[in-house]
Amino acid sequence: MAKRAREATVREIELKVNGIAYHETVEPRRLLVDFLRDDLGLTGTHIGCEYGVCGACTVLVDGQSVRACLMLAVQADGAEVTTVEGLARDGKLHPLQEAFWEHHALQCGFCTPGMLLTAYELLQNNRNPEPDAIRDAIAGNLCRCTGYQNIVTAVQATAQASGRA
Amino acid sequence: MKPPAFRYVDPRSVADAVGQLQEHGGGAKILAGGQSLLPLMNLRLVRPPVVIDINRISALAYIRETAGVLALGALSRLHAVAGSDAVTRRAPLLAEAAAHVGHLAIRHRGTIGGNLAHADPASEIPAALLALEGEVVARGPRGERTIAAADLFRGPLSSALDPTELLTEVRVPITPSGCGSVFLEVSRRAGDFALAGVAVLLQRDGGQCARVRIGVCGVGNTPLRMREAERILERSGVTEDALRAAARAVEQAVAPSDDTQASADYRRHVAGVLTVRAVAQAWQRAGREGR
Repeated sequence: MAKRAREATVREIELKVNGIAYHETVEPRRLLVDFLRDDLGLTGTHIGCEYGVCGACTVLVDGQSVRACLMLAVQADGAEVTTVEGLARDGKLHPLQEAFWEHHALQCGFCTPGMLLTAYELLQNNRNPEPDAIRDAIAGNLCRCTGYQNIVTAVQATAQASGRA
Repeated sequence: MKPPAFRYVDPRSVADAVGQLQEHGGGAKILAGGQSLLPLMNLRLVRPPVVIDINRISALAYIRETAGVLALGALSRLHAVAGSDAVTRRAPLLAEAAAHVGHLAIRHRGTIGGNLAHADPASEIPAALLALEGEVVARGPRGERTIAAADLFRGPLSSALDPTELLTEVRVPITPSGCGSVFLEVSRRAGDFALAGVAVLLQRDGGQCARVRIGVCGVGNTPLRMREAERILERSGVTEDALRAAARAVEQAVAPSDDTQASADYRRHVAGVLTVRAVAQAWQRAGREGR
């Protein structure tokens, strides 16, 4: 009986986060964002509103952006997740991160992880987006510091730099 | 906040999901894309004792054409609907409306079945389904039934689905040639809910407006069909006078309320203006189609 009750309240999940395989036990009500932060210690993904409005918790699941506060960790069983920690390679910042730094596209940094992954996905789908397309793409990510202008500039600069490379 | 504890089941078949619904006597909630249910749970506005996650029922994710009908499995993601070649060609109004739902990250998870079952009067898909005169298929303990779009929406977040029924499929008639369709909305930012939105499907016969269907969202307790405006345009054709009269009819038929986003008067005005624009655009598109 005790065993049965336990089966109903926790689940085993296996998934890859930033290329690393994890096998964890979670409560079904565990949100993906809390799983990433509290169970895996990946605190780069931020929690803002917790109801899908601010975009701070945006991560990629199987290559597609999702709100990590609107997905349960159990639903990521078998998935490949990319968080902001997965953008840098071998200690070297991703070009988008470099451009955010260069163009002052962040101040407090709270929205930055979500902005980066949203912009990363945009550039995967559109190598040379117009400023309007960039604004459209980040419309679901709230920033209270920058006025967005420098974020748009940074994303554009990244696209232009990769076009030249 | 975090969702309260619940019992979690993830059935692999529709029959199993319906069995689970029946077992829990309607106290369970179906979790599809979760883009509306999980916010409500995080805010603890709903506390389902049991959550039935249908995301592992792969048989519910399909888009196919059959005998004049485009059928979409309930688990079709809105991103897939918006980008689907079949939907874009066979029922372009639905693809256009789907592209307006939320932001990309929301459309990646959000499903067409979940959207309709949630019955948010501000959402775009219900208005498009009304204009397309589509229907949904519901599976319950006593079998399967279809519910016409006109009968589906009962009130804010309230549908004709029984608590023990699972919405399994969405069906829309394939849009005939000679038709033009348009979805327009005004929202505060791209991706926000519409202050007002209008879905128009129009069939043109030379200079005549043979048939027009208008669905609106964001301006009432449910999505609404604008039947009086439809009658005016079918009787008088798409002339400047008829468009003005249709806009007036829409302003009278809608029942918006004030909120922090916009006043009721503004929403009413926008619904009229969007109707004129959407019908005029649909008329032009239908003209191109017909030739």
